[in-house]
Amino acid sequence: MSSVLYDAPGPRAKRRNVILTVVFVVLLSLLLWWVWKLMDDKNQWEWKLWEPFTTSQAWTTYLLPGLANTLKAAGLAMVIALPLGALFGISRLSDHLWVRIPAGAVVEFFRAIPVLLLMLFANEFYDRYTAVSSEDRPLYAVVTGLVLYNASVLAEVVRAGILALPKGQTEAAKAIGLRKGQTMGTILLPQAVTVMLPAIVSQLVVIVKDTALGGVMIGFTELLNGRATLAAFYANVIPSFIVVAIIYIIVNFIITSFASWLEQRLRRRKKSTGAVIPAAAIGGSTATGGEGGGLPGLQTYVQKSDT
Amino acid sequence: MFDFLSEYDDPTLLGAFWVTIQLTLFSALGSLVLGTLLAAMRVSPVPLMRGFGTVYVNVVRNIPLTVIIVFTSLGLADIFLWTMGADDVKLQAFRLSILGFVAYTAAFVCEALRSGINTVPVGQAEAARAIGLSFSQVLRLIVLPQAFRSVIGPLANVLIALTKNTTVAAAIGVTEAAYLMKGMIEKEAQTLLIGAIFAFGFVVLTLPTGLFLGWLSKRLAVKR
Amino acid sequence: MKLRKVSAAAATALVLALTATACGGDNGDGDSGSDGGSTSGGDKIKVGIKYDQPGLGLKEPDGTFSGFDVDVATYVAKELGYEADQIEFVETKSADRENALEREDVKFIAATYSINDERAKLVDFAGPYLLAHQDLLVKADSDITKGTDLNGKTLCSVTGSTSAENVKKEIAPDAQLKEYGGYSECIAGLQSGAVDAVTTDDSILAGFASQENYKGQFKLAGLKLSNENYGIGVKKGDTATLDKINAALEKMVSEKAWETAVKDNFGPANYKNEPAPKIGDIVK
Repeated sequence: MSSVLYDAPGPRAKRRNVILTVVFVVLLSLLLWWVWKLMDDKNQWEWKLWEPFTTSQAWTTYLLPGLANTLKAAGLAMVIALPLGALFGISRLSDHLWVRIPAGAVVEFFRAIPVLLLMLFANEFYDRYTAVSSEDRPLYAVVTGLVLYNASVLAEVVRAGILALPKGQTEAAKAIGLRKGQTMGTILLPQAVTVMLPAIVSQLVVIVKDTALGGVMIGFTELLNGRATLAAFYANVIPSFIVVAIIYIIVNFIITSFASWLEQRLRRRKKSTGAVIPAAAIGGSTATGGEGGGLPGLQTYVQKSDT
Repeated sequence: MFDFLSEYDDPTLLGAFWVTIQLTLFSALGSLVLGTLLAAMRVSPVPLMRGFGTVYVNVVRNIPLTVIIVFTSLGLADIFLWTMGADDVKLQAFRLSILGFVAYTAAFVCEALRSGINTVPVGQAEAARAIGLSFSQVLRLIVLPQAFRSVIGPLANVLIALTKNTTVAAAIGVTEAAYLMKGMIEKEAQTLLIGAIFAFGFVVLTLPTGLFLGWLSKRLAVKR
Repeated sequence: MKLRKVSAAAATALVLALTATACGGDNGDGDSGSDGGSTSGGDKIKVGIKYDQPGLGLKEPDGTFSGFDVDVATYVAKELGYEADQIEFVETKSADRENALEREDVKFIAATYSINDERAKLVDFAGPYLLAHQDLLVKADSDITKGTDLNGKTLCSVTGSTSAENVKKEIAPDAQLKEYGGYSECIAGLQSGAVDAVTTDDSILAGFASQENYKGQFKLAGLKLSNENYGIGVKKGDTATLDKINAALEKMVSEKAWETAVKDNFGPANYKNEPAPKIGDIVK
């Protein structure tokens, strides 16, 4: 295991690494033991608090419907926000001022407002001006809020990705006579999306987590909301939080794993085009991913096996 | 139309937004430090530290912030009886929420920084090692300063997201903007107007931050 | 190359679908508002309750609902002409109750909804159907016996609830206020010792105290810090429904169904409830 930041470990470094590792493991296990002990003192490991999660009803009544709603809202939001984000990202790069300026304004505006408020506004909007039934309204409102915010963030990601592509790509496309739309659709966008995949993925994870905001004020029965109802019945607040946190970790882990599999596939296919993305160009531009803030990982310093 | 605003004195509108600003600033500083440490761990020569950094980022980043914040209070305060050096419960909740924001945001800072480290040309690190600098020296003197400059843009996004994320602190009773907003909406039944006031407040907070840091990132960009 | 074409086509399809649904939203304006449940004779009636308050409104693992509010709501709905299987219970959280009525998401709300002047400006109240009091839940061995004992102690309540503020303002100014999103969290804190007392209506507290995991650990201080007149909320101006609900509540008391509901739900909690209040008789 070596990297540009340090030499391949020699005998002394190896010894030092072993010592550091041992110290680290000891400290970590002490910490874990202490946490375990404190929770045990407060009887948090008592079986009767955890037993409900072995019954099927706890899942079918409280958790699974919530998880289904979380996934439904997140899935819809992703499916709508991705193309919309691409559209706005491209619009901000338009040659026409009347396209660029409004697109920029929309993106900056929706990025600045908390998602919770967007959902609240959407809920009121659907109530006053549409005929969406009261069962569906929370879902519509949650999806709308998520789409408005995440499409704006994704727009910035896509824009940064396109800006980061080598100029030669556009020039070559022009040289063979492609029109502007063709250049964007067949040359720039596919490459930009591949390059920005890590940032896009962290945004998708943000979408899944942000569905939880829908349960706070507009009565969307997502996973966290289901947890509250469950904990009220079984009186096991802390175990219920732990179980729900694990569910979120698993769901998001599946998404990120799928994305990194996809990324590797696309990378392999891309090899022939030789598109090398100077990530510095992206870092220097005004904005990339939202919370993720991720740049395309070039994996120079950290080898694949670590990530 | 705005008469009702004067009825709220604990906190006032400006007072609530001031708490939001405080939460943001303290959490930003804390997460910058922790995030840098985590990023250093993720590129460090000790395999276990790399592993820990990876696991930390992938676990913390995948949990909804609400769960983390509620857990600081339910777990750290109620189970571990950790008062955070505060003799006042409100102050304790304030500090606990900062702890939660730091823990959460650090994962994002770490990832932004790590990609920043990737933008530093390999030759820089090679040259540094060639003149005999150790790992920590390479990182401290050569790589990180350049990495920081190239990720101001992404870090600005993390900061903006953090500003808006502080609204979650209302879940454990920190009297910041969202706390006041919920109280107002429950009492006034003017959801749209109240929502618009608070949305405006957040736009005022985040837009200038974004524009300033965008300008700064262009100014400080490492010319290559 | 193929993949790119496919993804481009998929993107186009999505954009089209998006615009289509956006248009679809506008078209259906005609039947707006019909889903709030029309007056009797309709198929279903939507009733707002709490899902997370044992003894009052609680979602059971088998998907049914239990509690005093649920029983009252079921009785009232029956008097309005809806059988038990025609009732659709909807969760109405405290902050959302007025809005849910205003939007006609639900026909009426029975969710520990205490009548006060501020709320009466926004919705109409039938009832009251129960008189509860704000109280403190403390550990069984606690020495808190009166409100002023709370000075210097930690008091827990739900974010935005007025009950804790009242205690702090009027009874124990030096009490420390801890807030959570739900009472379950407060009670977990009470159990672990981080919280000295939980405050809200005694009817709610009694329900939590009688849960299996907590049995015998807590007691009500019995302070009667306020009077909470639980009413059934209906949309402002819907006097037809209001009158029917009031008639139903009167009948419920006279038929002794009220007594039975009280015994079923508060009996296990050992909660000493007040006698059935008269309609319109709001105890200040």
